[in-house]
Amino acid sequence: MNFNLSEEQSLIRDSITRFVSENYGFDQRNTVVAMDHGFSTEHWQQFAELGWLSIPFAEAHGGFGGGPVDTMLIMQEFGRGLVAEPYLPTVLLFGGLLQSGADAALQDEYIPKIISGELQGAFAYLERQSRYEMTDIATTARQEGSTWILNGEKTVVLNGGAAQKLIVAARTSGKQFDRAGITLFLVDAGSNGFKSTVYRMTDGQEAANLTLSNVTAEAVIGTTGDGHALMGPIIDSACTAVCANALGAMEALNALTLEYCKTREQFGVAIGSFQALQHRMVDMFGACENVKSLLYRAVCAAQEGDDDARRSMLALKVMTGGAGRLIGGEAIQLHGGMGMTDELSVGFFVKRLMIINTLFGDADYHQQLFAKLVNDSVSDQSTQNSQAA
Amino acid sequence: MDTRLNEEDLAFQEEVRQFLTESWDDEVRARCSNPATMKEGVEEWQDRLYKKGWMAPHWPVEYGGTDWSVTQKFIYNSERATFGAPEAVPFGVTMVASVIIDYGSDEQKAKFLPRILQSDDWWCQGYSEPGAGSDLASLKTRADLDGNEYVINGSKIWTTYAQYADWIFCLVRTDSSGRKQEGITFLLIDMKTPGITVRPIDTIDGFHHLNEVFFDNVRVPVENRIGEEGKGWTYAKSLLVQERLSIAEVADSKRALTELRELARGEVNGGKPLLEDPLFAKRLADVEIELMAVEFTELRALASIAEGDEPGPESSLLKLQGTEIQQTIQQLRMDVAGYYSGTLQGDLGADQLGHDFADSAQKNFFRGRAASIYGGSNEVQKNITAKYVLGL
Repeated sequence: MNFNLSEEQSLIRDSITRFVSENYGFDQRNTVVAMDHGFSTEHWQQFAELGWLSIPFAEAHGGFGGGPVDTMLIMQEFGRGLVAEPYLPTVLLFGGLLQSGADAALQDEYIPKIISGELQGAFAYLERQSRYEMTDIATTARQEGSTWILNGEKTVVLNGGAAQKLIVAARTSGKQFDRAGITLFLVDAGSNGFKSTVYRMTDGQEAANLTLSNVTAEAVIGTTGDGHALMGPIIDSACTAVCANALGAMEALNALTLEYCKTREQFGVAIGSFQALQHRMVDMFGACENVKSLLYRAVCAAQEGDDDARRSMLALKVMTGGAGRLIGGEAIQLHGGMGMTDELSVGFFVKRLMIINTLFGDADYHQQLFAKLVNDSVSDQSTQNSQAA
Repeated sequence: MDTRLNEEDLAFQEEVRQFLTESWDDEVRARCSNPATMKEGVEEWQDRLYKKGWMAPHWPVEYGGTDWSVTQKFIYNSERATFGAPEAVPFGVTMVASVIIDYGSDEQKAKFLPRILQSDDWWCQGYSEPGAGSDLASLKTRADLDGNEYVINGSKIWTTYAQYADWIFCLVRTDSSGRKQEGITFLLIDMKTPGITVRPIDTIDGFHHLNEVFFDNVRVPVENRIGEEGKGWTYAKSLLVQERLSIAEVADSKRALTELRELARGEVNGGKPLLEDPLFAKRLADVEIELMAVEFTELRALASIAEGDEPGPESSLLKLQGTEIQQTIQQLRMDVAGYYSGTLQGDLGADQLGHDFADSAQKNFFRGRAASIYGGSNEVQKNITAKYVLGL
């Protein structure tokens, strides 16, 4: 057992750390976020050249063939610098779904374009009424000959403004909340009847609401009616990835806060010398370490195909939500008035952490999934035991 | 002990409700809630309060206040909050006015109080400095006497609404030789005086309310000094107690909680209202129970003030608990907004965004983080309570 990185992984991490320190200073990030779509296409090309866009993809498509540990490293370092480029929507969600569900021809066509940085993607799964229930899909798809026609609305689609291609979840059969009958479709953003309304999120990233009026889908991704099963594992691994992103943000925010408390003087001393504040900084540190432990646990379980992987992922998402809230709140409070300003990056980190809590379901939602998973398996176990006796 | 309302109280409650129904109309409400028209909206609202004689209920009657009992003040404030009407902007009518009434000269009272009552002047508060936050008494902005004028040099920070203000009340240092609390003087300064510049501060909620105010050889007549030179700290402290009491905003939290419950009833997850989610229901009940307690703590404090006791350090506890409750409610509102809580509505209509309260929820959430920082941070309130209440 060890928690060491391979040489290759250390090299990846070091190159991202270097990129962040050279390109993501406070003013540099503000410049990037102010660009069209909230990120730098120049950075994106640089990611392609450095091979970062290839990491989760199979070698057959020119990918690096990386696993959960590699994704974790990237997302964590990106979190440290609040990197604005859309790695989650394009590479992990859109790319992940293509890799796990698309047929060989589509994979051959699109995955190399993601890797080369030519193609931006997004995954449109939310609707205004759905909240965190991903089976609550009202967008419909009907078949006409060999084509599928989509109608409906999708909301808060991350990178929905820049994406040239999107994967859209729509209902092809069944009722609201049914798992069966959801199908994923590849849709071109230039299709007739495709309309997007773009806006920014509080952390600067761009999102879009989509209106689909008789949009012809380019292809079905995976099996018709089986989209829920296809998106589940991708969303699970995306949950772990965004928690890694949150960990990087928490580490950076804790470091900023600690530095502030060591240098800000009131009553003739550094405020970090006050015991009441010291204890709170210890709590912030402890919260961060808990996230790190559960992240390693979830990543190792996912990599090893452990039965316990889902339980670890849910625990991680719950812990990350709570820790993000604690650390974010305390970071503003300990910075005092300065924490309220946009003159420091404190608020930007807090906003990213709050958004991560809501992605794919918040801490309360995941806590209930966790309880159900654990309690159901315990009652299964005890039923088996009593039957055996 | 009896907390029932008597007939007179009930009649007063009816009068308040009638006034609010008529005067807090859609037009003034819309102007107050839009940042672009907020100033005019608030002035209009305060003007209606003034005409009713309710602009300054806590002032003595001789200056234009009321003779309301504690119960009546409580009724007024509860009803005001229930209707969603704002309190008058506190810097003039609540803060500097209480200092002028207690410590100002007759000339100062005659000059400033009527203008505050009629919302002719906007005031802002010049207390904090870049180097003097929690440790307010270490303030360094200098005032040097030159003939009949003080010459002010330095800067003040976190100055809410300085961009609108006609006047600023300032703590300045007139003597650095003794204890830092000594040598502080309380001055009233006309914002139009040459040498004053205001720099806006961009904040995490996206509203412009905070500023830094710079003083470069600003000349202030001695007659604008409150009380004696070097006694400013004493005057400032009495104002801090008033400020803390006003920050608790218990009545407003009650309204916010009622709204929150309705929003959670309307938010559906997997076919089930969020209000029926056991974790959410517990959080909501937790904060409601806290609020019920703080509501009576506030009443107890108001009753003891009415009996002639000075509001003292227990105001710290109200500020502390009141702001924690505000922040919990703001957080829960974000939770109700779900993944929409991270969106910025910008120029889009609520229907285009797909959500009608997420944008205000996130703005209020981020703005609300300041409540545990201003008026003396909550850490400072705990220190005050430990020292002056518990004797530690």
